[in-house]
Amino acid sequence: MGKIATIARRTFLIGSAAVVGGVAFGTYKFKQKAPNPLLEDLPQGATALTPYVRIDAQGITLIAPRAEMGQGIHTTLAALVAEELDVAWDSIRVEHGLPGAAYYNRALVEHNVPFSELDHSFPAQAMRSALGVVAKLLPLQITGGSSNVADLFDRMRVAGAAARFALIAASAQKLGLPAAQLKTNNGSVIAPDGRRLTYIELATTAVGIELPDSPALKPREQWRYLGKSMPRVDMVAKCTGTATFSIDVQLPDMVYATVRMNPAKGAALLKFDATAAKAMRGVLKVVDLSGGVAVIANNTWRAFQAAQAVQFDWAEPSYPTSTAAMMESIVASMTEKNRDSQLRNDGNIDTALASGKVLEAEYRVPFLAHATMEPMNAVAWLHDGKLDIWAGVQNPTSARDLAAKVAGLDASQVSLHVTLMGGGFGRRLEVDFVVQAAQLAVAMPGKPVKLTWRREEDMAQDFYRPAAVARLRGAMKDKLVSAFDVRVVSPSVVESNLGRLGLPALGPDPKIIEGAYDQPYGIINYRATAFRAPAGRPVSYTRSVGNSYNAFFIESFIDELAAQAGADPLNMRLALLTHEPSKQVLSTVATMSGWGQPLAVGRGRGVAFHLCRGAAVAQVVEITVTKEGVKIDKVFVAVDVGTALDPRNIEAQQQSGVIFGLSSALFGEITFANGAAEQSNFHDYSVLRMRQAPQIIVKVLESGGPIRGVGETGVPPVAPALANAIFQATGKRIRELPLRKHIVFV
Amino acid sequence: MKLTVNGKSHTIDTEPEMPLLWVLRDELNLSGTKFSCGMAQCGSCTVHIDGRAVRSCVTPVGSINGAITTIEGLGTPATLHAVQAAWIEHQVAQCGYCQSGQIMSATALLQKNPAPTDADINEAMSGNLCRCGAYPRIRAAIHSAAKQIRGV
Repeated sequence: MGKIATIARRTFLIGSAAVVGGVAFGTYKFKQKAPNPLLEDLPQGATALTPYVRIDAQGITLIAPRAEMGQGIHTTLAALVAEELDVAWDSIRVEHGLPGAAYYNRALVEHNVPFSELDHSFPAQAMRSALGVVAKLLPLQITGGSSNVADLFDRMRVAGAAARFALIAASAQKLGLPAAQLKTNNGSVIAPDGRRLTYIELATTAVGIELPDSPALKPREQWRYLGKSMPRVDMVAKCTGTATFSIDVQLPDMVYATVRMNPAKGAALLKFDATAAKAMRGVLKVVDLSGGVAVIANNTWRAFQAAQAVQFDWAEPSYPTSTAAMMESIVASMTEKNRDSQLRNDGNIDTALASGKVLEAEYRVPFLAHATMEPMNAVAWLHDGKLDIWAGVQNPTSARDLAAKVAGLDASQVSLHVTLMGGGFGRRLEVDFVVQAAQLAVAMPGKPVKLTWRREEDMAQDFYRPAAVARLRGAMKDKLVSAFDVRVVSPSVVESNLGRLGLPALGPDPKIIEGAYDQPYGIINYRATAFRAPAGRPVSYTRSVGNSYNAFFIESFIDELAAQAGADPLNMRLALLTHEPSKQVLSTVATMSGWGQPLAVGRGRGVAFHLCRGAAVAQVVEITVTKEGVKIDKVFVAVDVGTALDPRNIEAQQQSGVIFGLSSALFGEITFANGAAEQSNFHDYSVLRMRQAPQIIVKVLESGGPIRGVGETGVPPVAPALANAIFQATGKRIRELPLRKHIVFV
Repeated sequence: MKLTVNGKSHTIDTEPEMPLLWVLRDELNLSGTKFSCGMAQCGSCTVHIDGRAVRSCVTPVGSINGAITTIEGLGTPATLHAVQAAWIEHQVAQCGYCQSGQIMSATALLQKNPAPTDADINEAMSGNLCRCGAYPRIRAAIHSAAKQIRGV
């Protein structure tokens, strides 16, 4: 107990939830294997040797228990199992599978320790290890934080190898031969005399074989799927309109619904009048939800029309209702009383900044919407004493449990079918729409209900990336940064999110300052302090979370310091970096972009570096200043992922991160009036379009260090690299996003 | 009302002002055409009417005089259209939600202009949003499909 208490004191938000949630179970449960979720729901004749492999007469299905929201994770996870199981790539099917304790995400929780990803000291490792234990106990099946590959790299290969071991042993029994004489090839076991038994034939016998805990894994030289650019398992379906997102689920007798909730999210509904709505064609029911109303009809458009006809009297929220008031509350929280953490304090910053030339600046970023292409939706069907739900969620265990609660059922009576997702970006870590669908299923027992939010509802009811403000001070010596003091204030997304999941949130939130305290710059005097603003309007995780703004703050300010001292911003960073893979990405991007070679008049280039979830990434942005505005020509990206499992997919994720980051950098801003967002759709919440998209040239490096996820890494550096390019081309230093408030883009 | 979708004739009983998108999705169970913005801002709902790309989310079904083609009618996994094949060759899709609309817009472009320049692609494709940022691969796939269609 003593040890756990120590951890709880020192642990940061998500960790504390895991500790408190998990402590009751004790360590014996950690040593126990989590039950195989596939066994609970196994069709007749099918077998499930491990939680990741199901074999039936039709073939082999691999379970990829993480959200496929575009990042290609199903393909990479399937490759991990397929590599060791030895099956033909075009023969496999891949499913998300039902939620299960076996699918807990250890790496994500380990990411939440308040130590740099590069810190392998005893305290850092001890806390990661302790939190890994409680992650299994809680257990959190979460897709987020670019954690999947690190989490499942070993686990899913072991699952494949263990299943292959059992299939070989089963074959040995059947053939009366020693297992050592048997080989496998693309889904069959082959005897020396050429006899061949397929995995499908062997599966039922293999069920009786005890699985090895740590079977030998193939050395890298023998990989045939891993390290290769594999055709994505979802590609053909997504190019032919045959992929099933939750919004596409069709069931017999289905009815269609939409909701309108208080646009001041979380505030109450005082009264409403649905008389007109109820009289409209196709309307079946109007349901009073807490804080809003749902309309159920026989067609989605009819539900939309009727919902627009409902008159509402909304309550005021308890939080500030205008952008100005929200920003005031955030800025006012940069005080000692609201200090949340100080995760870096190297040297003596006060002494270093007491004399000589000190540069000071304030930076700001706004609230942002996730704006996934597929609006929030879910299908729920209460029938025969159970609730079936189809939804795209990044944390299915929480979604299932909260849906069960609202439906008055036990979690074991709820089957959550996780579908493909039309974008996630963190929005689908929140499950408000799943809970609503469950409420509607209860209101329409026996009928499948498809709930679809209008885009306007999706924009209004988002849990935004919070605004943040930074104050920075710095000094230079011998053309190097000698003192760097960064203070960041923002509401805590972890506190906001854990509260909704009903989990405790004790201790500081390292996400406020992530990406500012943990960068591998060997600056002698380096201090990073976080301040926590009051909770205010609900906020949540957005692709790269704190990195999404902290990279802008520190990489812009480092550029300011370099410019002030007449130092080359790229070479100065190279001289400051203390981490070899980080230096490598920076020197690689310098070569790729021709850094240092003169550009034509009116053109500019800017650089930024960032260590995100342990992956080093450097970008150079090239722009042209035209009469019509700034044109972004090219973005060069060098990224080190330790081991590259699928190079072409990593390239896609870097391009994706750059474009996502540019959308936010150029345009992204949610503002508020009366507690409601003032933006409602893509006409006033712009995102990058084809004509604005630059050429993006990616180089993937492999230092051979720990394997790193890539879903978020491309996002953080692009805003500062662009702002730095604008400074270089125009002399204008922009310290606020979105940039369009200060400069015109083509 | 009568409607021809992917070569098949349907009789529907809906309000004439119902957008084609919702007739396709909720009445005819053709879910390949996607809903996203509902106001012709994102292109996810793009279909062809007599070969022309239209945004089905703002097209009242009663206003249609022509044959409708949706992504399901363009090609199937077994019989891919050249544009779909190029999309797969370039591994374009990420989340994939916008891709039905992207492919329908690209196909309409190539029918009019079998050798589009980058500027032509910008013009024809800027009405189709992709939050995953597949734009570089969409551009490459269109050039590839154009070559395939021209037989070069």
